[in-house]
Formats: sequence, structure tokens, C-alpha cells
Amino acid sequence: MSDASLPAAALPRGRLARQDGAAARIVLIALALGFLALFLALPLAIVFIEALARGWQAYLGALADDDALAAIRLTLLVAAIAVPLNVVVGVAGAWAIAKHEFRGKSLLVSLVDLPISVSPVIAGLVYVLLFGAQGYFGRVLASYGVEIIFALPGIVLATLFVTFPFIARELIPHMQALGNAEEETALTLGASGWRTFCMVTLPNIKWSLLYGVLLCNARAMGEFGAVAVVSGKIRGLTTTMPLHVEILYNEYMSVAAFAVASLLALLALVTLAAKSFLEWRYADQIAASRRH
Amino acid sequence: MSAAPKSVPVVIEQASRQFGGFAALKGVSLTIEPGELVALLGPSGSGKTTLLRLIAGLDQADQGSILFDGVDADTLSLRDRRIGMVFQSYVLFRHMTVADNIAFGLRARPRATRPPDSEIRRRVGALLDLVQLPGLEARFPSQLSGGQRQRVALARALAIEPRVLLLDEPFGALDAKVRKDLRAWLRALHDQTGHTTLFVTHDQEEALELADRVAILNNGLLEQVGTPNAVYDHPATAFVCGFLGEANRIPVELRGGQAIFDGSPVFHAGANTSGSGALYVRPHHFHFDISGATGLNGQVETVRRHGAIQRAEVAVRGLARKLDVDILSAVAPAVGERVGLRITCGHIFAGT
Amino acid sequence: MPGFGLGFGIIVTALSLVVLIPLAALVLKAAGAGPEEIWALATSPRVLSALRISFGLALLAAAVNVVFGLIIAWVLVRYDFLGRRIIDAAVDLPFALPTAVAGIALAALYAPNGWIGALLAPLGVKVGYTPAGILMALIFIGLPFVVRTVQPVLAEMEAELEEAAALLGASRWKTITGVILPPVLPAVLTGFTLAFARAVGEYGSVIFIAGNIPMVSEIAPLLIVIRLEQFDYAGAAVIGVVMLLLSFILILGLNLLQAALRRRLGHV
Repeated sequence: MSDASLPAAALPRGRLARQDGAAARIVLIALALGFLALFLALPLAIVFIEALARGWQAYLGALADDDALAAIRLTLLVAAIAVPLNVVVGVAGAWAIAKHEFRGKSLLVSLVDLPISVSPVIAGLVYVLLFGAQGYFGRVLASYGVEIIFALPGIVLATLFVTFPFIARELIPHMQALGNAEEETALTLGASGWRTFCMVTLPNIKWSLLYGVLLCNARAMGEFGAVAVVSGKIRGLTTTMPLHVEILYNEYMSVAAFAVASLLALLALVTLAAKSFLEWRYADQIAASRRH
Repeated sequence: MSAAPKSVPVVIEQASRQFGGFAALKGVSLTIEPGELVALLGPSGSGKTTLLRLIAGLDQADQGSILFDGVDADTLSLRDRRIGMVFQSYVLFRHMTVADNIAFGLRARPRATRPPDSEIRRRVGALLDLVQLPGLEARFPSQLSGGQRQRVALARALAIEPRVLLLDEPFGALDAKVRKDLRAWLRALHDQTGHTTLFVTHDQEEALELADRVAILNNGLLEQVGTPNAVYDHPATAFVCGFLGEANRIPVELRGGQAIFDGSPVFHAGANTSGSGALYVRPHHFHFDISGATGLNGQVETVRRHGAIQRAEVAVRGLARKLDVDILSAVAPAVGERVGLRITCGHIFAGT
Repeated sequence: MPGFGLGFGIIVTALSLVVLIPLAALVLKAAGAGPEEIWALATSPRVLSALRISFGLALLAAAVNVVFGLIIAWVLVRYDFLGRRIIDAAVDLPFALPTAVAGIALAALYAPNGWIGALLAPLGVKVGYTPAGILMALIFIGLPFVVRTVQPVLAEMEAELEEAAALLGASRWKTITGVILPPVLPAVLTGFTLAFARAVGEYGSVIFIAGNIPMVSEIAPLLIVIRLEQFDYAGAAVIGVVMLLLSFILILGLNLLQAALRRRLGHV
């Protein structure tokens, strides 16, 4: 056979009929790798190349800048508020949806997924319409001196909107696959509902929960469009890291912009590594479907 | 089917196949005559499916060769081998109707040899008649029962007018009742169409009932090939004897033409061998012998119903396992009774 | 099972406060503009052009992702090669990489003086600051969707399907197009829909490379931002509602098509 000359690893043993010709295989692998190199590897590499274009001194200097540090602090603060809130809501929602049957369940699931198909800009816009200076509640809030738009609360709200489905989506299919038997057993043994949740449900879903937290956190720290609309981009006060990247880039401070961007790229790489580790190590203990 | 296709002999010569460090086949030779129905019988892991896949051309032997009508199969493409194969799980194309499934092989032919659409439709109808599923053309596989799917898979394999028909555990996924019906039906179909047919099974009853000849595989080696009567009545190896039907194993000493157990002769060994050996006796080849003059003595521990007859478990001193003994006489021995056992028929394998 | 009231209460309250009431405010604000003004705005040349660009390029990007997503999924499932696992993990990069970072990286590559842009310029090819640049960004952010929906379906496909087809005399091409791809089609459509939904509203990765020239390379979300900066809340809301309506209609249609396909393929 024509494939006899190929390395043994390339041959699925005992599956001759499934093999593509060597030429087809090489062409397809080249196409796939070429496409991924063009769209993934190259942009990622450019971030680090541009960030280090003037050497490490300039790179570290850009990161030590006061506004950059403020942006990093704000980004961490926003994620620290939005992610735990999402965990509470996501777990509570997944519990109600996956463990119970009720009318309107599929409607609720669709509504939870809704933010995925809403433009981030619209996610920001809706809060401006509610709480902006000319918004529905703008005047009331102003009279009490409460700032939501162009301030931290608006940024958190916009972040909550875009990350809303992340945790529930990861947990619901997993909890449905697990079924109710273990919880029912615990209840018949006399455990309270809360104790059943903590001792039975939570240990079973912990890795999918972590998986959802990872994705949620990456999006929370990296969100641009929704936050851009509500932040007002006041340097050092309401600029998150992605917004700070934009400001620096528009001011032609390329090294500084890519330096901050490189931190976000590193966050993405760490997220990917942790996510792959979870998929590899706990494949059976995270949601069966890897949709997003 | 119109004009039965020419069935060809298949010759397997010293076929070997390794997977990683595991030798699945260790040099198997087997000849299948044209039109013959042969069963490949063996426990799981014995290499029978590996052998079937080698013949189909889905896998390649490391050593040895397979000849179709004298032609080395390695020189033939899968299409040119013209093998009809029915997989254990049928693998019907579920996005196609029954008719499209059956017609798949005909439509896949190069344009020059492809029959016209009307001819394909006619052939599909005839095949559905043959497998006794007339009128199901428009159904999807998900709308069929297990037995119906099996027959559609067979019709699909027959549509390409195969030179050899291969069936992998054809009844494995069906329940017991359907399995029995289909067995008789397949035998009748084979008599009607006359394809050279090889089928894999782990069910010795199925192999013995259905096949012209049975080839018994164990650990990648062919233990014995022969007609059902030959392999059952004259097993060539201890494995065959134990695998085909039930047998009690009694370790014996061979001396002076006798098999000796616990100091006394229990069975006439025939050949003048000597040394240690094993005597295999089927449960219905014992006779209760109150005189106790020859053979084995033991105590009846239980008596249970076993289908049409009763069966006793007899504990014999010096034997780790109790003997299974069919009670063929009208009078059953009582539990706890001491009995003698005379062996009416047995198989002696020296050195085992 | 206890805790339904608590769980249901939390999710519905949060959903209402964070998502539903704000979206209702959007619809209310847009409706307040009055039908004539809404129609005039929605059909103004600049808005129509932006909608055409956003929707047209999102569909095109999703189509490109279908082709390459199928190839990548096939290669990842079927072939073993050095670095396969790393490539597999890397496919998800667009989920994890902030869009602004992707945006400036693509701009650095494809701007006329960028790493690739400078190479293309002598050939007369312009990518950065043109619709082609937008397409690049939309392909990037939609890349994982088709791969991730198709990959598990391909991986779980029975090997015997191909073997049966080959033994019945089908060529490799006929086996792939007639036996392997049809059962994968619903997953492809799901991936297409997800990639489209993501791309049509995308903002961060696009604005850096689009050039944002009105009537040429201006996307609909950017128009919303521009209206907001002019404190034209009603105008922003109208464009937002039109965008949402159009994309929901398209997504609904794609989902219905997908459901019909699944039924047809006996997946029920």
C-alpha cells in the first residue's frame, strides 16, 4: 500500500479504510497550520515583539507608569466583584434549571444565553440609557450624588452583562448529566438541602465551576466594547487595561500600548493553559459539551 | 437475485498481525471453498475479528497472504475485492433511507459500470423482497427494529454482488428470540444465494447450528477446523473440547493404555502413551455405577434441574472442582449418597 | 429537590436587573423616537451601509470559518502530528485574548506600514483600514466556534461508517461527502450561527483595523458609539434595536434550519 512508507504513528492501526492519501494529509495539515499561524500565532507574536521593540527597559517603564498601574488595579477590582457575583448567580441558576422541571424552563435558558448574541456596545448602551446624565434615572441619581456611568458601578454592570451566561452555561449540562440520584440519596439520609448542596453537589461540579470561572474571568478582564461605552475613559480613574491599551495606541505610544496588551495576552495564555489542563486532567468531571 | 454471482474460494496463508506488542494473529492458515458457510469461533480476544478485517482488506497482515480465487488480495483495492460485509452494529447510513442505503454501493460505481436508476430501483426492490422487508424503501434506519436493520445491512452488502460475504457477530446485538429466527433464516438464505460466507461468532451453539465448517481460534492460533460434528465429537485440543459444550477436566496419569486417577484406572486411553495428561468428560458421558468397580467414587452434593434433565454435582476426593454429571436414568441419586461414576466417552490430551 | 425557590429567585432577579430591564429600557427609548424618525434613521444611507458591512462581513467571516473550521477539526481529530495538542489548545485563543489586544495586533500586522501590510502594499493589496481588515478581525474572533462544535461530532463518528462505504466501493471523496459530512452538517450550522452571532456585534477587535471610514468601513456598533458621544441617546437606541432585531431574526432562521436538518438526519 502507498502508506507503508509513512511513520507508524501516522497510521491508525488496523484502520486502512480511514486513511487519507499522504498528499491529502499533508495539504490539509498545511492548510490548517497555515490558517492558524496567520490568525493566531502571528497576532500573538506581534504583541510581544512590539512590546519589546525598544527593549526591556522601555517595556518595564511602560508598565510602571502610574496610569497603567491604576488600570491594572481597576481591572482586578472589576473582576474581583463581577466574577464572584456571577458564581453565586450562575450556581443558583444552574441548580434551579438543571435539578428541577418547571414551565418556561427553555425560555429561561434562552434568556440566560441572550447576552451572548448581544453586541457588547449595546450591553454598555443599555446602562447609559438607564443611568446616564440624560438617562431614565440620571437626574434622580445626580440629585443624590450617585455616580454609575463613568464610574466603577457602570463598569461592573456592563461586565456582568457580557459575562452573565458563562458560569451557568458550563454548569447546566454537567449538572443535568449527573442527575439527581446522589442528592436524593443524601436527602433521604436526612441531610438538609444546604448540606446536600455543599457535601454532594459542589464536590461533583467543582471542576466545571472552575472551568466556567476561568472563562468568565478572562472575559471580565478583557472586555472592551461594553466597558468602553460606560467608562468615560478618565485616565487613572475609569480606564481598565483594555481601555488603557486603546488610549495609548491612539496616542501613538506603541510600546506602552503593546506592553499593557502583553499582560492581557499573558493572562489569555495562562487561561488557555489552565483550561487545557482541566480538560485533560478532569475530562470526565467537566461539562461534556465544550461549547461557549 | 438474478444469476447468482460467482463465489470464489478464499485462501489464507500464515496470516499474522501484531498490534503494538500484542500478537492478535500468529500465523493462521485457512481455506474456504466456494459457496461454503464457515464460522470463525473463539472467545473474545482470540483474533477472529482481526482475521475477518484482514480478509475484508480493512487491515493489513504483517506476514502471510490472502488469496481470492488465487489472486493476492493485497493487489486489489477495496472496491475490486467485492466483499460484502455486515458489521456487528450494522452501521447503516442513518441520513439515508433504506433504499438509498441498499443502493449506495451501486451508485458508488464509476459511471461506466453504474446501472441506470430504474435498474437500481428494481434491484433494491428485489433485495428487500429477498430479505423479507418489502415496501420499506422510504424508511430511515431509526424507524426500524434491530432485526430489520440487520437485514437491511445484509441487503446492502448483497447489492454489490459480493464474491465473499463477511458477517461480524451477525446476531450479537439482537435479543434471544429474534436471534433464533434470524439464524434459521440466514441458513435458508445462504442455501438460496450460495455466497462464500464467513461469519464471526463467540456463540458455539450458533456456529455449530449454522456453519458447514467451524474454525476455532484461540490466542491468535487456529485450534481446529472441521464440520460441526467433527469438531464436537473429536476435538483436536483440550481448548476445543472445553470451549465446545461443557466438559469436566480430570487430571490423570497415562500408563499401559489406561488413564489412571487416584491410583485406579478410570478410562481406556487407547494409544500407548505415558506420562501425565488430562481427561475431558462431558456431563452426559457419565454413568452412575453403584457397584463402584471401575473409576471414580464421590458423593452427590446437589441435584438441580438443568433444562430437560437433572444434573448432579459430585465431589470427588483429589479433585478441586466438583464434577457436573447429567442424570440420564429415571432414578436420581439422593443428595449425600455415595456413588461410583463410569465414563462412557472421554477425550484424553497428553501433557496438559 | 429543595432550593428551587432560592435558586430560581436569584437567577430571575439577577437576569431581570442585569439583562432584561436594561434591554427593555433600550426598546422603550428607541420606541420613544416615533415611527417616522425610526424609519428615517434606520434607512439613512450611513446606517444602511454600516448594517450591510456588519452583517455581510459577519456572514462572510462565518463562512470562511466553516471551511477552515472543518479542515482544522478534521486535522485535529484524524491526524497525529508533532504539536497537535498545543494546536488543539491554541484554537481557543480568541475566546481568551481580549478583543482590544487582537485589534491592535491585527492593525500592527495589516496597516499599510505594518509587518504584512508593508509587504502587500507594493502589490497594490490593502487590508488594513478597509473592509478586508474588518473581515480579518471577524474571522479571528469566530475561529473557535466551528472547530469546537464539529470536533466532538467527528471524534465520535463510528469508524465502521467509512469502512462500510469503502467496502461498498465508494471512493474516498464520495465517502467523505456522502457518508461523513452529512451527519456533521447540523454541528457545522451551529458553529456558523455562533460565529456569526459573535461577529455581527463585534467592536473591540474591529475598530483598530477598520479605518472607520463612513460608508466604506464603518461598522454598526461604531455608529452607536458615535451617537452616544453626541448624546443622541434615542438615535443610538434605534440603531441598537435594529441591529438586535436583524440578528435575532437571522439566528432564529439558522436555528430553525438546523433543527429541521437534525430531524431529517434522524438525530431526533
